[in-house]
Amino acid sequence: MDQPKRRGPKSIETRHYQEREAFFDSLKRLDRRNFMKLATLSAGAAAARGLTTPVSYQLVNLVTGANEKPAFSFAYISDTHLYEKKLNDRFVRAILRAVDDVNRLDPQPDFVLFGGDLAQLGKKEELKLGQQILKTIKAPVRMMVGEHDWFLDMGQYWRELFGPEQYSFDHKGVHFVTLMSVQEKDFWTARGMTSEERMQTVAGLDNGVQSRFEVGEAGRKWLAADLAKVDKKTPLVVFSHSPLYKYYRPWNFWTDDADQVQALLRPFQKVTVIHGHTHQMLSNQIGNIQFHGLLSTAWPWPYAPEGLPALTVQMNRADPFSAFDGCGDGRMAVMAAGAVDKLYNLWDRDPVTIRSSYLTSGGKSDVPPAPRLPTY
Amino acid sequence: MKPWMTTTPVWVLGLGLLLPRVLQADELPKHQVPASQDGDLVVGMCDGETFLEVEGVKDGSAISRQQGQQISDALMKEWKKKNPEARWEAAVAQAPTPPKQPVVQQGPTAGSSPDQVAKSKANVQSGHTYGAFSARDEKLWKASLDAMVTEGHAVFHDAAKLGGTVAISCDMCHPDASNTHPETYPKFQVQLGRVAMLRDMINWCIENPVRGKPLAEEDPRMKAMEAYIHAQRAGKALEPGKH
Repeated sequence: MDQPKRRGPKSIETRHYQEREAFFDSLKRLDRRNFMKLATLSAGAAAARGLTTPVSYQLVNLVTGANEKPAFSFAYISDTHLYEKKLNDRFVRAILRAVDDVNRLDPQPDFVLFGGDLAQLGKKEELKLGQQILKTIKAPVRMMVGEHDWFLDMGQYWRELFGPEQYSFDHKGVHFVTLMSVQEKDFWTARGMTSEERMQTVAGLDNGVQSRFEVGEAGRKWLAADLAKVDKKTPLVVFSHSPLYKYYRPWNFWTDDADQVQALLRPFQKVTVIHGHTHQMLSNQIGNIQFHGLLSTAWPWPYAPEGLPALTVQMNRADPFSAFDGCGDGRMAVMAAGAVDKLYNLWDRDPVTIRSSYLTSGGKSDVPPAPRLPTY
Repeated sequence: MKPWMTTTPVWVLGLGLLLPRVLQADELPKHQVPASQDGDLVVGMCDGETFLEVEGVKDGSAISRQQGQQISDALMKEWKKKNPEARWEAAVAQAPTPPKQPVVQQGPTAGSSPDQVAKSKANVQSGHTYGAFSARDEKLWKASLDAMVTEGHAVFHDAAKLGGTVAISCDMCHPDASNTHPETYPKFQVQLGRVAMLRDMINWCIENPVRGKPLAEEDPRMKAMEAYIHAQRAGKALEPGKH
């Protein structure tokens, strides 16, 4: 659909016409083999019509394009950056919208990953507010910590609310690992900073005073010990707030010991890293490891001036006049063989799916739609 | 020449400045000046050996510059008498040779003074004091600009300075002023229904995501932010109207 789209929530009519147009449009491009596929799937699509999902084609999307049926799916909400409600209600409205999204998913995801940066300045009130909101999610929630949650009290209150910052679990044949990947070397003591100043410094993306993110020696040791118990054929999904590779150092879109962490993941056949922090559609593949960034509910970051992975398909730049544009949530479909397809549910836009096969093929197959409005 | 290797004593004015700083923590060594029997002023030389009693001048009383010069000359004469072989070298002689300034351009430039222009044989318009600035001027101007850009950086990164009410500052969406694309203004801004300048968009952001009051166009904070944003996009080609 090339026609310009109305911004803001779509009316029922708009959605109806867009879906109809997309359907007829796809019919024109069919060959015989794909026609059979679509015929089967449109039955599923029709069934899905009766269900309530945030964007009705999203569900169809997830099922139709994939070559195999997902074994299960999990949803995510990330980078909500909550202030106290009396100070800023915009970010609160945004996380509530995301909670509504995941609660309306049908079928429900097996669990919801929270991708870190629940709070903006790591305050108790912010973390508490976030915890209360996340309690309204129907599916089980898996928590990950971000630097905004951590550097006021070095994670003390976060741990009190949500438990250990590094943990692993097995789910339907997949080994999941959650890392604490936003450790920083002490830059505050020598400068005589208060804990508030330390937090404020870390909270600024373009603040060069802070150190670069890392999993750190203790974290890597823990990871090595955890992975020692896992069969190398078991699909691995790693949750990390920082990207676990080196994208753009000045903004800390960066993990300083990424090479060492990747070395620990390399022996496994199927590895997917799901990371927060970058607030944008972001895809990468390094060796056997596939990387997917998460959307924020609070605000999108622009793409960095250099270092963007070649496989990344940029999302259209955000409309500054829409408080929610460029933000969103999403979910991951995990195939039986362990491949992960990542769906970006961009609010008030059509969702975009980055398939595992797109990354595996080096960008040759299942190419996602190109951006119409790239970064300036 | 290595002056410290010479066997001849070499006296350097201001030698005290060269003493290692660590010594200052302890009591500094002092020359003992003999007292005058009449309570006159006694002046000692830096060798710690040559002294002069100034007759008729009481210790602590004011002396004129002329008297001071006379005292100094007398002491020097005395010292030279005691050290006939000594060479006196001024401290400046030992300063390292200043590095050569790179010659950027031959002939008169925008920074040449009218005198330099007049003296040069180049065929350029002369007798014009406008634009006669030096490298030092340029440094001062750059410092002034940098200060404005720094102020802009501060406002850009501080919700309180912006007058915001929801703790949102510009850098939260625009790290290093990215995605502000000042080079594309003015342009017709569809959402505003009119042609917008960069400052109109700054004010739009201040009113909406930042939830503050729009700044007056001549507000120093507005100017400083424009300076910061433009400085971040140095070298970009102007493309007014680009969408």
